[in-house]
Amino acid sequence: MSKILIRGAKVLGGEPQDVLIDGETIAAVGTDLDAGGAEVVEADGKVLLPGLVDLHTHLREPGREDSETVLTGTRAAASGGYTAVFAMANTFPVADTAGVVEQVYRLGRDHGYCDVQPIGAVTVGLEGKKLAELGAMHESAAGVTVFSDDGKCVDDAVIMRRALEYVKAFGGVVAQHAQEPRLTEGAQMNEGVVSAELGLGGWPAVAEESVIARDVLLAEHVGSRVHICHLSTAGSVEIVRWAKSRGIDVTAEVTPHHLLLTEEMVRTYNPVYKVNPPLRTERDVHALREALADGTIDIVATDHAPHPHEDKDCEWAAAAMGMVGLETALSVVQATMVETGLLDWAGVADRMSAKPARIGGARGHGRPVSVGEPANLTLVDTAYRGQVDPAGFASRSRNTPYEGRELPGRVTHTWLRGKATLVDGKLT
Amino acid sequence: MQRHLISAADLTRDDAVLILDTAEEMARVADRPIKKLPTLRGRTIVNLFFEDSTRTRISFEAAEKRLSADVINFTAKGSSVSKGESLKDTAQTLEAMGVDAVVIRHGASGAPYRLANSGWIDAAVINAGDGTHQHPTQALLDAFTMRRRLVGRDAGLGQDLSGKRITLVGDVLHSRVARSNVDLLHTLGAEVTLVAPPTLVPVGVGTWPCEVSYDLDSTLPKSDAVMMLRVQRERMNAAFFPTEREYSRRYGLDGDRMARMPEHAIVMHPGPMVRGMEITAEVADSDRCTVVEQVANGVSIRMAVLYLLLGGNEPAVTHARTTEEK
Repeated sequence: MSKILIRGAKVLGGEPQDVLIDGETIAAVGTDLDAGGAEVVEADGKVLLPGLVDLHTHLREPGREDSETVLTGTRAAASGGYTAVFAMANTFPVADTAGVVEQVYRLGRDHGYCDVQPIGAVTVGLEGKKLAELGAMHESAAGVTVFSDDGKCVDDAVIMRRALEYVKAFGGVVAQHAQEPRLTEGAQMNEGVVSAELGLGGWPAVAEESVIARDVLLAEHVGSRVHICHLSTAGSVEIVRWAKSRGIDVTAEVTPHHLLLTEEMVRTYNPVYKVNPPLRTERDVHALREALADGTIDIVATDHAPHPHEDKDCEWAAAAMGMVGLETALSVVQATMVETGLLDWAGVADRMSAKPARIGGARGHGRPVSVGEPANLTLVDTAYRGQVDPAGFASRSRNTPYEGRELPGRVTHTWLRGKATLVDGKLT
Repeated sequence: MQRHLISAADLTRDDAVLILDTAEEMARVADRPIKKLPTLRGRTIVNLFFEDSTRTRISFEAAEKRLSADVINFTAKGSSVSKGESLKDTAQTLEAMGVDAVVIRHGASGAPYRLANSGWIDAAVINAGDGTHQHPTQALLDAFTMRRRLVGRDAGLGQDLSGKRITLVGDVLHSRVARSNVDLLHTLGAEVTLVAPPTLVPVGVGTWPCEVSYDLDSTLPKSDAVMMLRVQRERMNAAFFPTEREYSRRYGLDGDRMARMPEHAIVMHPGPMVRGMEITAEVADSDRCTVVEQVANGVSIRMAVLYLLLGGNEPAVTHARTTEEK
């Protein structure tokens, strides 16, 4: 097996160290390590992190291969520094059977850019009526532990309760897309001052907050754990904070775009800013950053949602919801959390690797950078500054809200179990 | 003047007054035996209607023809939101045909803005109503009607609506007419009050340059003009108010209520009216009601907007004009 010596990297942002990869594992960490025939990667000044883990990715395959495939999506993930992604279930067919989740899992393994851990649907066809075969998906080769109807809310309180109870049998978790459906009929953007002016249907914060409140109470009642997807409002933060203080087993994620962008962008009527949950207010953005820093929000998840050009190059109401995010996530987190002093790089490793791996049960990912651990690693040039150019994306889709925006940081290398998937910013 | 007319909020006070003054000139054309000016001869204007609106389309068409433009009517009802690409494709088709201006009505808020700012076409874009967002020429014709009635036809030239108290009543939440009017009337110096049940006022209305009241009766004696907005009957099914009768009792305008308005005050309605719901026949047919004038004024306003946006060659305004930038 090949050896790689990463020389002089700031491990988790700390003092420069050398890290020796031997085969699939980390063989040595120290200073002045002997290369001993290993391929040397000069990492002077760069930050070495455990490979990032995304608990919320849309890979679109099967069914919408015009937007993304497991191959293009995992290449995008590797470009962004990820070594594992959890693929959401809202494909066609829906990932609600062992067969579909195994297919997605195997495609990820075969392509070899990034481990793909499928998320199973909570209900058959995401219809919210009947539980999918959660146990069969767990027992399949894919070993599903995270279940979500993401894109839709499990709004029936009884179905949600049963799902929370049922997955306890195998340590699963239900990831809720919190969106009260009746309160968000015709919703196009955050409900408030801007929606009133633009005449776009409002998506009120309470539609998210009321479902989160209900679900943490359900989780408490049945003694299960619940994960809240893409939390987006200051009120949601307060509810999760309260639930945690009460000992309820709840975890929550925030997307990079909700850490950076506000509803003011919608004034352009450019559907590249159309996303679900919608971009909120400045006040919400600050609450989310603070909550991610203090641990109320556990992780950053991309909600990478690729769409073909024609689904965005149209009038706002007709456009699809979602943004791509895998290739820009770390830069946005650097800009919003690190450069604002809210989080150090160890904190980034925790929020973008260790914790998401733990919540999703991704074995071998999110581990410390230490001897004997799997060599899932990401090297970041944090001094880099540049404009986002979607033409260079590995993702099949280009629906990024950051085109032309200057963002800091650039992932130069990614290793998946010792194998380089990204070298000097280029996919292998 | 800007190149497009997307929102009433985009107009400065001087822009708006210029349009109103120009419309007075245009109105004189309607009094001539031959109701036509050669101003836009050789220009092609497309009326691109993705949503039904016979009244607005005919009004624009009349305005365009009175200015001697070549007119193409394109109706694409129902095809827009189900197939998003149709707006872009349609626009580019029209562009390829050498269109100078597009008058667009669309069910999606922001569609005209997209058309004007996405680089799909070069033509001037005039918003003829988009979703629940804006309907600027409606606001202009309303302001024109108010100025004529409350200030005077000739006395009004060069004037705005400073100090006039205007009340808009009804479904503000879904009304592009309300949004456009609040913006324009504020720009013209009027004091605007919105009256509606709280369910039909948007969350976020607090930043609008107007007052909000839930009580019609206390507002009427302080109003120089009361504009009734149309209330769609289907709103009842969505629980915006309990029953049609209750709505009419609390927010409908009948003879008794009209009697509480000042002598000189007028009643307006953008049409089409739902008689018996938001307005009784007695009020609708009274000489204080300006619905028919509003329709006539709509043609003059649209002539003025087209003239100013497309920069006609012949002078249309005989008195001093403010600087026009194209």
